[in-house]
Amino acid sequence: MRNQTATQLLFEMSKAGRGTIVFPKSDVPAVTSIPGIDNVHLATEPLPLPEIAEPDVVRHFVNLSTLNMSVDSHFYPLGSCTMKYNPKRHERLARLPQAATSHPYQPEDQIQGLLSILFEMQGMLAEISGLPGISLHPAAGAQGEFTALLTAAAYFKDRSEKRTRVLFPTSAHGTNPASAALAGFECVQLAGGRNGFVDLDELKTQLDDRTAVFMVTNPNTLGLFERDIAKVAEMLHGVGGLVYIDGANMNAILGKTRPGDFGGDMMHYNVHKTFTGPHGAGGPGAGPIAVRDFLAPFLPAPVVTYDAAKNEYSLSTPAKSIGQVRTFFGNVGILLRGYFYIRTLGGKGLREASENAVLNANYLLSQVKDFLEVPHGDRCMHEFVASARKIKEQSGVTTMDIAKRLLDYGFHAPTVYFPLVVEEAMMIEPTETESLQTLDAFATALRTICSEPADLVKGAPHSTAICRPDEVNAARKPVLCWSAPEC
Amino acid sequence: MPYLFDTPEQRRHMLDAIRIQHVDELFAQIPPEMQLKRELNLPPAASELALQQEMEQRLGQGGTLLKTCFLGGGVYDHFIPAVVDEITSRGEFYTAYTPYQAEASQGTLQAFYEYQTLISQLTGMDVSNASLYEGGTAVSEAVFMAMRINGRHQKVIFAGTLHPEYRQVLQTYFARLGTRLVELPHTNGVIDPKTCRAAIDAETTAIVIQHPNFFGCLEDVAALTAIAHEAGALSILAFDAVSPGLLKKPADYGVDIAVAEGQPLGTPLQYGGPLLGIFTCRNEYIRKMPGRLIGKTTDRKGRDCFALNLQAREQHIRRDKATSNICTNQGLLALRTTVFLATVGSRGLKQMATLCHQKARYAADLLTRIAGVSLKFRQPFFREFLLQTPRPAAEVLGALADEGINVGPDLARFQMTNIDGWQNCFLVALTEKRTRAEIENLAKALKEVL
Repeated sequence: MRNQTATQLLFEMSKAGRGTIVFPKSDVPAVTSIPGIDNVHLATEPLPLPEIAEPDVVRHFVNLSTLNMSVDSHFYPLGSCTMKYNPKRHERLARLPQAATSHPYQPEDQIQGLLSILFEMQGMLAEISGLPGISLHPAAGAQGEFTALLTAAAYFKDRSEKRTRVLFPTSAHGTNPASAALAGFECVQLAGGRNGFVDLDELKTQLDDRTAVFMVTNPNTLGLFERDIAKVAEMLHGVGGLVYIDGANMNAILGKTRPGDFGGDMMHYNVHKTFTGPHGAGGPGAGPIAVRDFLAPFLPAPVVTYDAAKNEYSLSTPAKSIGQVRTFFGNVGILLRGYFYIRTLGGKGLREASENAVLNANYLLSQVKDFLEVPHGDRCMHEFVASARKIKEQSGVTTMDIAKRLLDYGFHAPTVYFPLVVEEAMMIEPTETESLQTLDAFATALRTICSEPADLVKGAPHSTAICRPDEVNAARKPVLCWSAPEC
Repeated sequence: MPYLFDTPEQRRHMLDAIRIQHVDELFAQIPPEMQLKRELNLPPAASELALQQEMEQRLGQGGTLLKTCFLGGGVYDHFIPAVVDEITSRGEFYTAYTPYQAEASQGTLQAFYEYQTLISQLTGMDVSNASLYEGGTAVSEAVFMAMRINGRHQKVIFAGTLHPEYRQVLQTYFARLGTRLVELPHTNGVIDPKTCRAAIDAETTAIVIQHPNFFGCLEDVAALTAIAHEAGALSILAFDAVSPGLLKKPADYGVDIAVAEGQPLGTPLQYGGPLLGIFTCRNEYIRKMPGRLIGKTTDRKGRDCFALNLQAREQHIRRDKATSNICTNQGLLALRTTVFLATVGSRGLKQMATLCHQKARYAADLLTRIAGVSLKFRQPFFREFLLQTPRPAAEVLGALADEGINVGPDLARFQMTNIDGWQNCFLVALTEKRTRAEIENLAKALKEVL
C-alpha cells in the first residue's frame, strides 16, 4: 500500500518552524581580534531549504525506497552492468575507522593499515589482469578509459610519435568514443564484421602511423569472446599502436584468461560490477586501470609503494606521471569493497564465480532461444543479446514493451536497445549469484509474455506506481527543479 | 565460493540443458593458448569471521589513536546525523542501478529530483545536475561547458588561490588540448580584480574563482564576475558547500556556473573518495550541461512522475559528441546529501556554518596569541585560515600529530613556493565538531611545540 502523504516532495511536506535539532549551541566565546566578514559577503535572507521533522524525513525516504527495484529485492539481469549480490559483510567492514574516517591529508604513518590494503589491491588487480602497472586513482570506468588514453598519449609523446586516432567497433560502449574525444583524439568507428566480431580486413584498412589505440570490450558487448583478439593485437602492435580492453565484462573471465595474456596493453576495471561495488543507484564506482610495464611510468599520481627495508607504505608519483585526474587518492570506499570481495573468494573462488556466471547465462540462453531470437549463436560468455525483431514484425510488440511487462512479473528489465548492432536488442546478464529457480522463473515469465495479447504487453507495466513517463515532452520543456506554487 | 546456490544435481540439470558435459566446454571460445593454466595467485578465500577479525586489526584504530582533526583543504571532518547512514543503508537504494527503467526506480528518481532542487535552493542557481564525481572534475567539466557555450578554446584564467589539486586536474584535462591556463597571482591571499582585468581578453573562455578560497579567504566574486562578463567570458565559481549557510549564495554574485565538493554535506571522508561533485548553472545552459539530469513529467495516465531527462546530451546516445564521458552520477552520495539537507534544513545549515565560522575565529584568536604565530594573510575567512609559525611546518605538524592532533595541509605539500615563507605555513580548518576544549588543547600543544 503506497503511503501517498509520505511520498509527496520534501518541499510539499515542509512547514516553516518544523525541524530537527542536530547541532549544539556554540561553546566558544566571540572574538574581536580577528577580521570579521564584511556585510557584502553575508547572506541577507535564510536559505529556502525545507523544514521537516526527522520522523517525517525517515518515513519519506523509506516509502520512496519501496518504489525501487534493486538487487536486494529483485532479479536484475541488466546486461553489461553485472548486477550481482552485494555482500552485507562489505558494508560493515567499510565502516571500520581507518576506512571511513581517514582524511586524505592525514600523515601516512597513521594509516599504514589502509595503505597496506591498497598496496595489496594493486598487486591483486595486476595478477587478475596480467598487466603489472596499476593505478587505483580513477573515479569510475569512464574516467579509467580517459586516464588510460591520457597515459597512452603521454607515452607516445615521450617517444615523439604523433598519433591522433582512436578506433573502436560499433558495438563499443558509448563511453569509449566519449572518453577518446575528451582526451583530444579523433574517433574512428569501424562498421563491424559478420557475426559480431571485429572485422580484421576492415581494421587493417584503418591502421596506419596515426593509430594510437584500438578500444575493444572483450568479451564483447554481444557476450562473445573476440576469437581473433591475438591477431587484432598483433596488427595494432605492428603499426605501433596499443590495445585497450574495456573491462566491463571481466566477470566472464576471472581466472580463465587475462587481458595481458590476450594482447591487451591497457584496461580498466569496473569495481562496482566485477567486484560487486555496489552500484548505489548509479554510483559511486571505481575505475582502476592496469597497463603494461612500459606504460607504468606515465600512470597518474598517486600510487602506493612499499619499502620492505623500513616495512613502510607510502604514496608516490610515477616518474613521468600524467598527474591527477581528480582530487585525492581515489574512490577508496569502493576499492575496499572490491578488496573484501577478492579476499572472500580467493583465486579459486573468482574462477568459480566466472564459471557460474557463464553457466547461468548459457542455461538461460538455452531456455529462451526457442521463443526469442538470439542472433549471435547459441553459446555466450556471461551475457547474451536476444532480439524481439521477429515479434515486433508479427505483433508490433517491441523490446521496450517486453522489458516493461517483465516488471509486472517482478523482474527488472534487461538492458534494452544496446548494443546498437542488434535490432530490438535485449541484453541479458544473469550473473553467478542467481539460483536455477530464479532463472527458470524468469525464462517462464519471458515465454509467457511472448505469447500474451499484444495490447496487454504494450500497455505494460500494469502493477507499478507509474507507467511510461512522457520523455519527449519532458525534454521539450524540462522541469528539473521544484518551485513554490505562486500564491 | 561463498555465494553459490546450486546443488550438484541442479548443475547437472543445467549442463544437460546446454548439452555439455563440463562447464569448461563453455570456455572453448577462448583460444587454448590464451587460457590461464594455473590458479590466480591470490590469498586463499577468507571466511566472513576471519576477514572481519583481520580487518579490525588492520583498519581499526590500531597503533594510531584517532586524532583530533583540524585538517582542511577541500574535505572536512563534519558531523553526519544517524538518519543519513540509516536511510542510505537500505538495499533498495544502494543495490539499485542507474534509473533507466523509470517504473522500477521512482524512489531513486524522486530523490535525485529532490537533490537537484535542494542544491538549487542552496546555491540560488537555476539548475543542478544529479552530481559529478567530485569537486576537482566538476571544475574541469565547468570549463569544458564554458567552451561549448562561447566557443572559445584557447585560454582559461584561474585564480592563484584555487585549490592546488583542482589546478592539477585542470592541467591534466587541458594541457593536451593546447588550452592556455593562465594563473592570476594573488595579493595578500586574495585576487585583486585589477589583475584579472589585465589578464582577460577576447580569447578567454572563463575565469575560475574559488570562494572561500584555498587559503580560507573571501574573494570579490561579484567584481571578478563583472570583469569576465565584460570580456564575454563565463564566471565559474567553486564554493564551500557549507558556506551558503552563512555567506551569500553563488547566484548572488551573478556567476554562470557554480560547483563544489559536496562531501561536507553528509559524506564520510573515506580517505578522499568517493566524494560528490556539485554542479549548477544558469537555465539557458542546461542543454550544454554534463552529467545526469532528472526531470518531472507525467505518465500515460497523467500521473506526476520522474525520469531521466535530456539524455541526448549523454555518451550512451551522442557518443563522441556527448557533453561529457561521465556515465552515471554519484547516486548514493547524492542521496546522502538529500537526506542530510532534508534533516538539518535551513536553520540547521545556518547553525552549522555559523559554528564553523565562530570556532575558526576563536581558534585563530588563540593561536595568534602565541609568540611568533600569525595569520599569513590578514583577511576575513570563513572556516579555514593559513597560519605561519617560526618553525618549518613539517616539523610542527609532525609534533602536533604526536600529541594526537592533526592539522594541515601545509603549503610544502603542494610546492607552493611562490608564497613568502611557504615552508612555515599550514592550514587550520574548523568544523562544528571541534569543541572549545579541543581548540584550547591545540593552542596549548602548538605553544609547547614552538
